Amino acid sequence: MKFRLEKRPEPSRLMLYATPVGAVILTMVVGAIIFSAIGYNGVGAVYQEFLAPVLTPYKWQDIAIKASPLILIGVGLAAGNRAAIWNIGAEGQYVVGALAGAGIGLLTQNATGPWILPAMLLAGIIGGAVWGAIPALLRTRFNVNETLSSLMMTYVAIHLMNYLVAGPWKDPSGFSFPQTPLVTSDQTLPSWDIFQLLHQAFGLAITGHFRLHLGVVLTLVIVLVMAVVMGRSVFGFQIRVVGAAPNAARHGGFSQQQTIWLVFLLSGALAGLAGIFEVTGPFGQMSLGFPQNYGFTAIIVAFLGRLNPIGVIIAGIVLAITYVGGDMAQSALQLPNASKGIFQAMMLFFLLASDILIRYRVRLVTPAGGLAAEPVTPAKSAA
Amino acid sequence: MSIDYLIAVMITVVGASTPILFAGLGELVTEKSGVLNLGVEGMMLMGAIAAFATVDQTGSPWLAVCTAAAAGALVALIFAVLTLSLSANQVATGLALTIFGTGLSTLIGQGFTGRAIHTFDTIFPPALATNPIGRVLFGYSPLVYFSFIMVALVAWFLRGTRAGLILRAVGENDLSAHSIGYSVVGVRYAAVLFGGAMAGIGGATFPLVLTPLWAEGLTGGRGWIAIALVVFAGWRPVWLLGGAYFFGLLTTFELYAKASGASWSSVLPSEAWAALPYIATVVVLAAISASKRAGGNAPACLGRPFIPSA
Amino acid sequence: MINLNRRRFVQTAAASAIAAALPLIHTRGASAADPLKIGFVYVGPVNDGGWNTAHEAARQEMMKALGDKVTSSYVENVTEGPDSERVIRDFANQGCGLIFATSFGYMDALMKVAKDFPDIKFEMCTGFKKAPNVANYNIRFHEGRSVIGTIAGHLSKSGIGGYLGTFPVPEVVSGINSFQLAAQKVNPKFRTKVIWINTWYDPAKEADAARALIDQGCDVMTQHTDSPAAVQVCEKAGVPTFGQGSDQSQFAPTMCKTSTEDKWGPFYTNAAKDVLAGTWKNEDEYWGMKEGAIQMAPIKNVPDDVKAAGEAVIKGWMDGTYNCYAGPIKDQSGAIKVPEGQAMSDADILGLNWLVEGVDGKLS
Repeated sequence: MKFRLEKRPEPSRLMLYATPVGAVILTMVVGAIIFSAIGYNGVGAVYQEFLAPVLTPYKWQDIAIKASPLILIGVGLAAGNRAAIWNIGAEGQYVVGALAGAGIGLLTQNATGPWILPAMLLAGIIGGAVWGAIPALLRTRFNVNETLSSLMMTYVAIHLMNYLVAGPWKDPSGFSFPQTPLVTSDQTLPSWDIFQLLHQAFGLAITGHFRLHLGVVLTLVIVLVMAVVMGRSVFGFQIRVVGAAPNAARHGGFSQQQTIWLVFLLSGALAGLAGIFEVTGPFGQMSLGFPQNYGFTAIIVAFLGRLNPIGVIIAGIVLAITYVGGDMAQSALQLPNASKGIFQAMMLFFLLASDILIRYRVRLVTPAGGLAAEPVTPAKSAA
Repeated sequence: MSIDYLIAVMITVVGASTPILFAGLGELVTEKSGVLNLGVEGMMLMGAIAAFATVDQTGSPWLAVCTAAAAGALVALIFAVLTLSLSANQVATGLALTIFGTGLSTLIGQGFTGRAIHTFDTIFPPALATNPIGRVLFGYSPLVYFSFIMVALVAWFLRGTRAGLILRAVGENDLSAHSIGYSVVGVRYAAVLFGGAMAGIGGATFPLVLTPLWAEGLTGGRGWIAIALVVFAGWRPVWLLGGAYFFGLLTTFELYAKASGASWSSVLPSEAWAALPYIATVVVLAAISASKRAGGNAPACLGRPFIPSA
Repeated sequence: MINLNRRRFVQTAAASAIAAALPLIHTRGASAADPLKIGFVYVGPVNDGGWNTAHEAARQEMMKALGDKVTSSYVENVTEGPDSERVIRDFANQGCGLIFATSFGYMDALMKVAKDFPDIKFEMCTGFKKAPNVANYNIRFHEGRSVIGTIAGHLSKSGIGGYLGTFPVPEVVSGINSFQLAAQKVNPKFRTKVIWINTWYDPAKEADAARALIDQGCDVMTQHTDSPAAVQVCEKAGVPTFGQGSDQSQFAPTMCKTSTEDKWGPFYTNAAKDVLAGTWKNEDEYWGMKEGAIQMAPIKNVPDDVKAAGEAVIKGWMDGTYNCYAGPIKDQSGAIKVPEGQAMSDADILGLNWLVEGVDGKLS
């Protein structure tokens, strides 16, 4: 008996949506087996890693905080990937956006006014876009491979940040620790406790807090706008055509150069905004620990979300759950921190491996070559 | 500045350059075949823990080099299956490979922290390395000499052999290589596995030569420098050798300048030294991409999946 | 802000259809019979052989000392910023009565969580901010460094010592100063060369920096970095060296002359006892050799008189007759910072931002 891949006439929509779910389920099953095999409580590990965060209301705000930058960056990258333009330097754009906004923050440490926060957010958007413009310029002017240049620029950005944070921008009253001063109240994103609002509105009482800052809310708004833009606008159409059929795009009057610029400015701006949301929200300052690999993880989120804005939301939440769950597994089961990465990598491996099912179907063939079975459904292949 | 001092500096430079030279050499061959594997850091870490564990258990650094190569190749195989057999996206798979290698090496390494190992003695009689010139020539770990041999071998392979020609053809134009009857996927499998093995040996350089210990994330991001290095060298093995030593010099130079207390050592902040390899890489990349002559060095199919029926 | 506690939740849960439908996971509210739950947050892996290993060993020591009166758990590799806030908050939500945050970078996150959980006691390692339910604790690392400096002063022939630092934070600056001051007492011509590696953790860079110092003529060296990479380089180069955080002699059997050992155990046990007894106060603790918080690994592979000199310093710290920070102390420009007859205050030590005379290097 042999399996054979047979090209589908049309990419399977069912598989497009079924494979991510299958990948997550498969990760849970295989993860439980592997961690049991090496002497941990495997089922417990999977429970803590994937389910406990969802079933524990006070962890929801942690999931939201972790997912929000992943989603915001991921939705920008997804647009680029649709156009087959590979920006893998979102981490750098995230950092530079944060730096630009934090720079405004330092200048306005002693100022007050409602204009300060919007100014910082705007600076963040511009900073990210500028850093994204560099690979775009190199690609359009010198034909430089944007994958490589955007990656290199990420490391330049991180070293720039290290310099500023440990040098000129260091908090003068911070005992020489490499971190900037905390943001002031006028530089902080407003936040609301959703559980409390529910209590006030409906009398619902849920233990703990579910505090969301404005960045999370704006992220959702932006992603929904992006969903409309990608689906309905000329821009969305342009991106899809350039990605799927570059030649047709040229005949159709869509300039590839222009698309590259648009994609990099957009994904850079969104990454920069994510960066300044972190500074004015959860972090409250910049420090050496500021780069959290959100820019790289967002690439994974974009793929896991099938380059679809709504998919990206779901993928961002799933990834965030594994981060939050990783801590819970540690404190509950003393599962090593490294297991988090193994779960995440497995999930992505399974997803990437199952991608082929979208364009191909698996057929069971006899040695003679004749068809022996019906196409394998995802449920069967995952089992 | 005495001759002894210069030699001491050189020895440190060699140490800093060797791991990125190995990993870069592997990545160069991988990229020449048209595949971009961003999982170098993960493969290096797997090589590092495999090497450390082998020496810790068997006491043999030679065996450790072999297990490191095998460990690197094994995780590279995951990448190869996903990207070559299942046409998964190379960028995403490479990033996942780095996450995987980092996590798995940490998990395996849990029992190995806090232990010291004894690794290579010099292969030449110590009498040869008593004077300064002797030390420069004969004073290194065997892995250093092996890295030079590998550069020569890879350069010869790519330039002077039929197999090397095929590998480059696959990276330049997979469809025509396929139409002439070469197995594009087969060649790329071999290149990716070679890249993994070399990254594994590059990672092994840490416990075997530089820091005979195991700590999680031991390679400290050198895998990304190795990727930059390949680009910096314009995908040419001999330039890669020069580039690796240039990068090694940059990082070492800063430390020696600081230790000497020289006033010019603080002209550039430490972070600028650290960023220089990446800035230099972008500049070189722009230069070779802009000039038609050298532009041909970047494999035309880099990062693109091979779809024969397309 | 309405802070719903668990008891109130139980009362109102029935009225809440949505909340009741959720399978909420709760730990029981603490009652007198329950053991005290304690959470530890670590900045790196517990087996790093340095800072975090010392804290983890101390946690286990505390568990042993207090038996079934306490339970505890930890989360390792927690980066500063939102990740640390999440972990600290999770410990609070799990019903911990006492939480130890073991890295300076956690301070602001801890202050935020502490505000939301006024009934929980928080202990902030190396921090300085105040709140009714937050106390800071630290170790007098410089006491150990002065033992090392004394031995280094005796062993060095060139009179040049090397010191590898991460960032010029007060703790590291204080370590360098006390090393130089102690060595200077033995050899007035002694100088210390400093390299800042500008990263918290990179073993290969630590090793390269150690080589650079040795090649520059340092014939004795120590480091304030987390991995034993530099110690291994010294063993190979035949340069006397010292471990930090825990005994690192297994990495340099002949050249590691002694190590400073951080012993947080007595402090953790004490703090937990105070919380159990209801006598916990938000007082900052700054323990040294006298309290057993900093200890030296056995001094070995040195001449007897050097060993005796090192042990005399230890004894001096114990009985209060030795203080490396007793004046006169000059800074690098030669200006008197601590006049004769005075000693540096704890606050000054904890905020050190200048190097003493005899140190080559800048604070950047």
